[in-house]
Amino acid sequence: MKKLILTAIAVMAPLCAQTIVIQNATVMTVAKGTFKGSVVVKDGKIAEVGEKVMVPQGATVIDATNQYLIPGIIDCHSHIAGDGGINEGSVSVSSMVNIKDIINPEDIAVYRALAGGVTTANILHGSANAIGGQTIVLKMRWGKDAQSMIFEGAAPGIKFALGENPKRAGNPQGGRGATTTAARYPATRMGVEDTIRDAFNEAKIYKAEWDDYKSKVAAGQHPIPPRKDLKLEALKEVLEGTRYVHAHCYRADEILMLLRVADDYGFKIRTLQHVLEGYKVAKEIAAHGAGASTFSDWWSYKVEAFDAIPYNAAIMAKKGVVVSLNSDDAELMRHLNSEAGKAMKYGGMTETEALAMVTLNPAKQLGIDNRVGSIEVGKDADLVIYDKFPLSDYAKVQKVLIDGHKYFDRDEEVSGRPAKAAEKQKLLEKEKQAAPRQGAPAGRGGRG
Amino acid sequence: MKKLVTALLVFCVYAMAEGPITVAIRNAKIVPVSGPVINKGTVVMHKGLITDVGENVQVPADAWVVEGEGLTVYPGLIDALSTVGMPGAAPAAAAGGRGGGRGQATPTPTAAIAALATAAAAAPRAMGPEDRPQTTSWAIAADEISPTDRRIETVRGSGITTTVTFPTRGIFGGQGSAIDLMSAEKTGEMVIASPLGQYISLAGGRGFGGGFPTSLMGVISYIRQIYLDAEHYKLVKDAYAKDPRGMERPEYDRALEGVIASPRILLPANRMVEMDRMLRFAAELKQPTIVYGGREMYREGAADLFKKANTPVLVSLKWPTLAPDSDPDNTPSMRSLEDIDRAPAGAAALKKAGVKFAFYSDGIDAPRDIQRAVKKAIDAGLSREDALRAMTLSPAEIYGLDNRVGSIEKGKIGNLVVTRGDIFDDRTRVEMVFVDGKQYKPADATPGGGRGIATDEPGGNR
Repeated sequence: MKKLILTAIAVMAPLCAQTIVIQNATVMTVAKGTFKGSVVVKDGKIAEVGEKVMVPQGATVIDATNQYLIPGIIDCHSHIAGDGGINEGSVSVSSMVNIKDIINPEDIAVYRALAGGVTTANILHGSANAIGGQTIVLKMRWGKDAQSMIFEGAAPGIKFALGENPKRAGNPQGGRGATTTAARYPATRMGVEDTIRDAFNEAKIYKAEWDDYKSKVAAGQHPIPPRKDLKLEALKEVLEGTRYVHAHCYRADEILMLLRVADDYGFKIRTLQHVLEGYKVAKEIAAHGAGASTFSDWWSYKVEAFDAIPYNAAIMAKKGVVVSLNSDDAELMRHLNSEAGKAMKYGGMTETEALAMVTLNPAKQLGIDNRVGSIEVGKDADLVIYDKFPLSDYAKVQKVLIDGHKYFDRDEEVSGRPAKAAEKQKLLEKEKQAAPRQGAPAGRGGRG
Repeated sequence: MKKLVTALLVFCVYAMAEGPITVAIRNAKIVPVSGPVINKGTVVMHKGLITDVGENVQVPADAWVVEGEGLTVYPGLIDALSTVGMPGAAPAAAAGGRGGGRGQATPTPTAAIAALATAAAAAPRAMGPEDRPQTTSWAIAADEISPTDRRIETVRGSGITTTVTFPTRGIFGGQGSAIDLMSAEKTGEMVIASPLGQYISLAGGRGFGGGFPTSLMGVISYIRQIYLDAEHYKLVKDAYAKDPRGMERPEYDRALEGVIASPRILLPANRMVEMDRMLRFAAELKQPTIVYGGREMYREGAADLFKKANTPVLVSLKWPTLAPDSDPDNTPSMRSLEDIDRAPAGAAALKKAGVKFAFYSDGIDAPRDIQRAVKKAIDAGLSREDALRAMTLSPAEIYGLDNRVGSIEKGKIGNLVVTRGDIFDDRTRVEMVFVDGKQYKPADATPGGGRGIATDEPGGNR
């Protein structure tokens, strides 16, 4: 009986904890200024924001005195949480592959991203192909299964890539694995453009076939449907505007090329990724309506990444481009807060403007700003508590909430380490005892 | 006196050269699996079939009699996923690739198999799913089985009488067949049922010819496209068959033919993430599915996934182990330590959740090693009865063969294993094996497991 009651309590506990009040924090809302006060979370959503709020009965109170509260960080360019490779590098158009199929919710990088305050990430295919694979937006719901990681309702995307990577992957003269990989078209920037145009020519024909089929069905006929082609299906969605294009690019000329190609075929580039020369063509980017997701001060790792300046983000923002700062890297992902801080030094962004580059702006770029990106009533309770001013190298993430649930707690993490280490050591000793001795490999019976 | 009669009978049998038509094992403990244990009973086989089993069974006058005092009779063991009989096949059919074990004998590949292998390697670089990369879905194990594969004798020494053998190269390896491990002159005699399913591997993606696909997501999208194509192919073919006039002739596609001919698919999953992924994938493909691997089945909720999806599991008997010469400074992850510690508990978890499951050897050929591996699952909480079932009736049920093999029942195929002691005990000896009613004796098993087991002449009882 006692057990039953205990179980009942255990089951009910999360229900009771659905209301959380974070008190006495410096709240950086991003959308509506910064103030000292509280945030009330109910049923996973932000219910109230203010200097003085009533604490609802039964609410869990988190005291954040001398601490900072910001909306969860959003990384617009990440490659974590995937199994079995993020590049289908064998072909120049790999739009048939989908990151959604290989989500690995147990990738430790997810937990570490949480520890860096990231709550949402755009998981992209690699940049080996002119047209890469389909992409997906995930929430860092550590401990949940793959499907539960998916940011429900976020538009799916597709990766494009321009310049050195897609042409190098096919060029036997250079690139990693060049000696073992046969040449692949394209090997030049001209070829990259042609590859994209060619693919969309094909997609247009494909779309016409399906449109024709649908109109025949609507007219009461019973035609045989066209063959469903996963590669062209994704491009058809781009043409229809239901799939966002995230295009890896560096040079100004190739950026303009891509915008022209998109205009020719009547689709939009949702974001330009890296876009280190974006400052040269910021007006054109703004006119197209593309977002720009760049690095704060990381460049010169290859020729096309040389003509970069740390003012890139600020200049593009001033010309009217929605700019975000991304990581493209599991390690950099853990300190996007200080990356945002650099935008204050280079280009004189305000605190809010800088913070927006890793919160509200990437949310806008991913079309999820109605749900996340700022601390506003009605938005998802994706919140991060820092011990210090967050746009600083010295700030450490204390707690992370996603949908009002705590997914990271620094105190619990640190205090739990010795027990985990001891458990592991115990298992290791046990298995060492049990392991077959050297020279007697397992799985082979016949001795002598 | 009795002995004399037996000797005489044996003599007669030799004279007949064909082996006895009727065999009776009497006064033995019989474990039929499909019913309660018979502590002292008789099994009669005639012309390769079980004709009678029970406590009070009349031994036919013409029967060659095996005195079963002190012996236990089990149904012949079934290896639910094997490459035995496939010439040149790596013995391991590991989930997620990377076949582990080494073949004890590697016969020269037959021309057909060599052709399959080289076709995949020498094919022009695949530029997409339409090139059908790493696909031999049309290959059927029954067509490729070599009766001279030495592994047949080896694994029979552990009491395995039946394997469900698959071609396992590439992504769509081909179709499996259930074969009886007998000394056959013709391959056709060995085949119990075919085709039983399509072997799919997700490991084929990496570094194999350099063409599409190279990544896991590429392999998955390829498989998805194949099933979309197969559906469309059927549609167009049916329409054409109905009225070809005025219709463009659909192109014959052997890859799709092979996929369509397969009654079910086998998908690999070892990690829990993979199990979740593959069960969702199977539902999307709308194919009857068996999942093979199951390393992390011990984890909370893993077995329930299969219960919910009503999908059977083939559990690999190759339990993870600590690498003997691992770098002391590079300790394995907590997850891999847990895998090593608890993987054998996965079978018990499946039983508890009510999921249909069977064991497969995963390349373990040596008799003692298979017994030892099953014993680990028993030590981790699986009952002996359920362990036995997972190598007899359950695999038969999973493949729909339970009307002919998997238990000692009247009318079923005469596949038996006779032991001294419980079949999964360390010191147990497999005394003899019956396949299609014919007796085989493992070579005098040297302590620690024999190798290169010699086969008796059919019917011989030296």
